[in-house]
Amino acid sequence: MRENIPDQPGSLIAPRPAPPERKLPWGRLDAFWLLLIAALLAAGALRAQGAFSYEWNWSSVWPYIIKTDPKTGQWAPNLLVQGLLTTLRLALWGMALALAIGLLMGWMRNHPRLLLRLISASYVMTVRNIPPVVFVFVFVYFIASQFMPSLALDQRLSELPASAQEVLAVLFGPAALINNFFLGLVCLSVFSGAYVTEIVRAGLQAVPPGQAEATRSLGMSEGDSLRFVVWPQALRQVLPALSGQFIQLIKDSSLVSLVSIQELTFMAQDVQVSTQRVFEVFVLTAAVYFCICFVLSQSLAYLERRHARAR
Amino acid sequence: MSQALIQIEGLNKWFGQHHVLRDIHLSVQAGQKVVICGPSGSGKSTLIRCLNQLELHQEGSIRFEGRLIEDDAAQRQQLRRQMGMVFQQFNLFGHLSVLQNCVLPQMRVLGLSQAQARERAMQLLERVRIPEQADKFPAQLSGGQQQRVAIARSLCMQPKVMLFDEPTSALDPEMIKEVLDVMTELAESGMTMLCVTHEMGFARRVADSVVFMDQGCLVEQAAPEEFFSKPRSARTRYFLAKIL
Repeated sequence: MRENIPDQPGSLIAPRPAPPERKLPWGRLDAFWLLLIAALLAAGALRAQGAFSYEWNWSSVWPYIIKTDPKTGQWAPNLLVQGLLTTLRLALWGMALALAIGLLMGWMRNHPRLLLRLISASYVMTVRNIPPVVFVFVFVYFIASQFMPSLALDQRLSELPASAQEVLAVLFGPAALINNFFLGLVCLSVFSGAYVTEIVRAGLQAVPPGQAEATRSLGMSEGDSLRFVVWPQALRQVLPALSGQFIQLIKDSSLVSLVSIQELTFMAQDVQVSTQRVFEVFVLTAAVYFCICFVLSQSLAYLERRHARAR
Repeated sequence: MSQALIQIEGLNKWFGQHHVLRDIHLSVQAGQKVVICGPSGSGKSTLIRCLNQLELHQEGSIRFEGRLIEDDAAQRQQLRRQMGMVFQQFNLFGHLSVLQNCVLPQMRVLGLSQAQARERAMQLLERVRIPEQADKFPAQLSGGQQQRVAIARSLCMQPKVMLFDEPTSALDPEMIKEVLDVMTELAESGMTMLCVTHEMGFARRVADSVVFMDQGCLVEQAAPEEFFSKPRSARTRYFLAKIL
């Protein structure tokens, strides 16, 4: 229903078309700066090459990506690809596990019950105030080594039917290394989960208290209030921070190479030792990490944009 | 005397050491429209928030339909679905469309089907004169429109009482009227209403009874003609002189 508003001032001055928009936010000065930066970088590169005449030799690295099986003559992934697969598995399961820990602990962090708040606060404080490398060592050698062997994952795995073993091998890697893999995975998730916890806590606190009040005033239960009103808004708020933390998690997965989890960084060190090609191996490794993180960050940014449009 | 719909006796509440409600006695009959006014910090919002137990009182009793309100989560939830509340800041669910805002509580609390809930939601959006905005999100609406949606959302629950906590205080002057019109229409339909507001014109037109509060005390309660023409207490006269 439109009201009739008398004397609309819009009729006093006729609307005009808007002036044309400026095309590119780019001027001559910007071009100058860009050239200058490029020139400086090129000069630096030239100088560096003169300083340590390094002979690049990529051909000795390639066989470590894919090898030919001496018996069957078929192609098979070698150390670097195996490492990459382990890293991808660590990243995928690590994200899921860290998110699960973070959601639970973040919820506890805001809980009216003091005990739950104490538990989650101690967890976050402990993990965040220890350097990552030290955390990995402490966790693996003092904590996990006490209970991981008693789980005897590899033994349980070998009792499963062959088809299930195949599926699990795709999901979690070779059966022989399953104990090792889970050690790294739990370590990484517990570490990253603390940061996710803080992100989730902030997200929950960013939802105005009036939202929960409105649900209560309508007679909705606490559970419904969290499920339909508070959590959806909190998670939407934290999506950007969460994607940052996931990218951080992928990079942090290189830390578990310190305790002999055979992921990409570990394998790279291995290959580096046997080929003596330090630069080639690590430039390649860096490029691979960059590609994984870049693809992930771009797809998450796409998700965010879609969510923003849905609002 | 018929039984009062709401009966408040000796209500006391403290925030820490601050005594915000002091010995409040108030009764509201079904169909009555009560306007509560007073300076800020006088406890008027706290009073109506105690009614639907968004704030818990420490002493005194509140009876709704003769039933004593106790410290019991299930009863509290039951009570709240019978009392609609409209907030100063609207408090619409920002991630849901206008229609979904009205549908969600009906489905979760009243157990209605999606189709039933939609139908009733559209009827009430019609009633607050905003059906064409049903698929928009709250952030796309003006303050006055949002507040009207909030009223519709509350009415969807078919409450026996409507509580208004300064419903027009966050609105631009041009939008106050559209909200007051909806509230007036609601009052004329016979709804029992308790309304904290500074809109004295609305109080004069609609209220059966005006309550004046100051520093947590219920200073004076009277019919509007009497309240505005010959207020009994000096404190009320001072307040009215300031705002009229």
